[in-house]
Amino acid sequence: MSALHIKKGTSKHSAYDLKNPNADVIETHTLAVVVDNEAGVLARVIGLFSGRGYNIESLTVAEVDQKGHLSRITIVTTGTPQVIEQIKAQLGRIIPVHEVHDLTVEGASVERELALFKVSGTGDKRVEALRLADIFRANVVDSTLESFVFEITGTPEKIQAFAELMRPLGLVEVARTGVAALSRGA
Amino acid sequence: MTRQMTGAKMVVQALKDQGVNVVFGYPGGAVLPIYDEIFQQNDIRHILVRHEQGAVHAAEGYARSTGKPGVVLVTSGPGATNAVTGLTDALMDSIPLVVFTGQVPTFMIGTDGFQEADTVGITRPCTKHNWLVRDTNELSDKIHQAFHVATSGRPGPVLIDIPKDVQFANGAYTPPAKANTGHYAPRLKGDKARITELADLIENAKRPIFYTGGGVINSGPAASQLLRELVDATGFPITSTLMGLGAYPASGKNWLGMLGMHGLYEANMAMHDCDLMIAIGARFDDRITGRVDDFSPDSTKAQIDIDASSINKVIHVDLPILGDVGHVLEDLLKIWKSRGRKVKKDALEKWWGQIDDWKARKCLTYVNSEKTIKPQYALQRLEALTRDRDRYITTEVGQHQMWAAQFLGFEAPNRFMTSGGLGTMGYGFPASIGVQVAHPEALVINVAGEASWLMNMQELGTAAQFRLPVKQFILNNERLGMVRQWQELLHGERYSHSWSEALPDFVKLAEAFGAKGIQCRDPAGLDDAIIEMLEHDGPVIFDCLVEKHENCFPMIPAGAPHNEMLMGEADTQDVIGAKGAVLV
Ligand SMILES: Cc1ncc(C[n+]2csc(CCOP(=O)(O)OP(=O)(O)O)c2C)c(N)n1
Ligand SMILES: [Mg+2]
Repeated sequence: MSALHIKKGTSKHSAYDLKNPNADVIETHTLAVVVDNEAGVLARVIGLFSGRGYNIESLTVAEVDQKGHLSRITIVTTGTPQVIEQIKAQLGRIIPVHEVHDLTVEGASVERELALFKVSGTGDKRVEALRLADIFRANVVDSTLESFVFEITGTPEKIQAFAELMRPLGLVEVARTGVAALSRGA
Repeated sequence: MTRQMTGAKMVVQALKDQGVNVVFGYPGGAVLPIYDEIFQQNDIRHILVRHEQGAVHAAEGYARSTGKPGVVLVTSGPGATNAVTGLTDALMDSIPLVVFTGQVPTFMIGTDGFQEADTVGITRPCTKHNWLVRDTNELSDKIHQAFHVATSGRPGPVLIDIPKDVQFANGAYTPPAKANTGHYAPRLKGDKARITELADLIENAKRPIFYTGGGVINSGPAASQLLRELVDATGFPITSTLMGLGAYPASGKNWLGMLGMHGLYEANMAMHDCDLMIAIGARFDDRITGRVDDFSPDSTKAQIDIDASSINKVIHVDLPILGDVGHVLEDLLKIWKSRGRKVKKDALEKWWGQIDDWKARKCLTYVNSEKTIKPQYALQRLEALTRDRDRYITTEVGQHQMWAAQFLGFEAPNRFMTSGGLGTMGYGFPASIGVQVAHPEALVINVAGEASWLMNMQELGTAAQFRLPVKQFILNNERLGMVRQWQELLHGERYSHSWSEALPDFVKLAEAFGAKGIQCRDPAGLDDAIIEMLEHDGPVIFDCLVEKHENCFPMIPAGAPHNEMLMGEADTQDVIGAKGAVLV
């Protein structure tokens, strides 16, 4: 039968190490949450993430069904598989939540983000910025003699890549919407 | 047909239509219209507490002892913030409550008006759901929805914040049958294929155990009945969390006693060594699991729970069954019986032999004394003298709470009310008031520590006013006993602020409120004193002076696994690693 006496220092782990039970694998998941469009619903979702120590990489929200008063919240989050499962279960518990979809595991999906970039500069740098914007299919939505505002849509990776290229060319300000995502197919 | 009425009248009408007959509350400016309506009717009884925290705990006691939702009415600002501890307590322990708060008029919201607080903001994380109702026409729907949400699925507290102008304005009242209660409808039936798999596991288990919790009690009396049938028919041993005590009777032959940090040796050892664990309405709380990576290492784990987030949160479960305990147990019994009621008889016999060896250690043994009252002895005598009565027990939080769970026997569900998840000192006294309101003829005893009891002692006024004969059985060790125990074991006996200094004379205190006070310090006089308490028709404070430095055993120190329990004083030398000391 097992020992009854505990030696000093033998207690290694405890329930308090739960946060990261298999700390090795951190995954990124895109969740689509359909909610009643009512006061405070976003605060409930955000409060859940902050209160339980989950990460939010990106979050977008807007009404998608005016008649049914439904909004769609798209959240990109990271965590171990167990934490991701908890996040989904916890979201499902919020009363105004109708559906929780994990687009990362529910088959193929498309993700898009819109961003605005202000790039200021003159001469060669200005020409190079315009040339790269063209390659990335970014539109010029405002321009002065010393600056452009580009509008770009794409995956978060594409937008990140564009940002890296613009930085040495005079990038002064960025605004990003966060990810909107849908599953593919009918 | 809808009727026009003021928002304030709607509140009272909706409560009547929901079958509510008691409200625990405290008035103030922002709820005066509702109080005016309460004044003008006789169907709903209002219990005036002495502090809003008391109102919420009383409503919890009412809810837990009846299975019906508890209802609370408090004012805006400080009334609402005083309710926060009770709401959090009810959320942690899954207690259905509907709490009404007054709010400043809609046109003043956001102006820092007098007694304005962002009540829905403050209570969002400590309610199952809450609503700020800005339009009288929506009020009755929201109230009916509130009752629906509080009582369905995993129960919990909800709050409705009603601005004063909404209470005064006229609007259309919708009765419950016509109300729009939203899309919330948790699934009750469990997946048949999985239930069949569980039946299969039951048939093949060699060392099974039922691990049950508050979810069984929340599911209703039928669930406890089905559990009893299943346990007796399979012959499997059963243990329970603090929250689940009474679902299976303490006198039942398969009962192993409570498990967990201060649970029984046989219960924890059986959990550790089992090959099949069937968790029913229990959530693998850290007080239960101890060190998680050594938790029951060789078992297949099945879990029945209505809350998906309780499954695989802490412990990996092999066979999760999402559904209401009562519904799932009904199906499980049907399926298991239809397959021929099979179990591994020989293996079970061996398993019980092992369990009997563990039982033989008699883990609750303590050294009694003829000079001072040992707290365990006091509870044994209380048990002996009240066991056969129509009895409800509440507790405060601390050593006395754990001893109550160890030494009192609970034969039926809804008979034991204690703050499990939040561990709220000050819970027990107001909870006992709520229980007594629900069961006027029953014997209601709050097993208390002197420090906890002082946290809501103002409720003595409530007990006196409403002639509620609640018995306050205070195990007075003049210490914050549980804190002191941890300081002894983990902090080198440095007793930092764990004394109860300047204690009142409890007898005089009782008398000051028109209640009865009894003090007892002599083990020989204990029985007579308890009988005197039981025979008094009115509230009693029983000041039971007990051994000051008694420790509560068995104990699984924080950070240790189930099979490394401290059984008594001799085990406590140098036992807890540095890592254990950072855990609560
Ligand atoms: C509101 C609150 N504050 C602090 C604590 C921490 N705490 C847990 S038990 C305890 C001591 C309780 O003392 P007492 O009520 O006399 O019970 P005893 O342990 O002596 O039986 C304390 C301070 C708590 N649980 N609740
Ligand atoms: Mg004490």
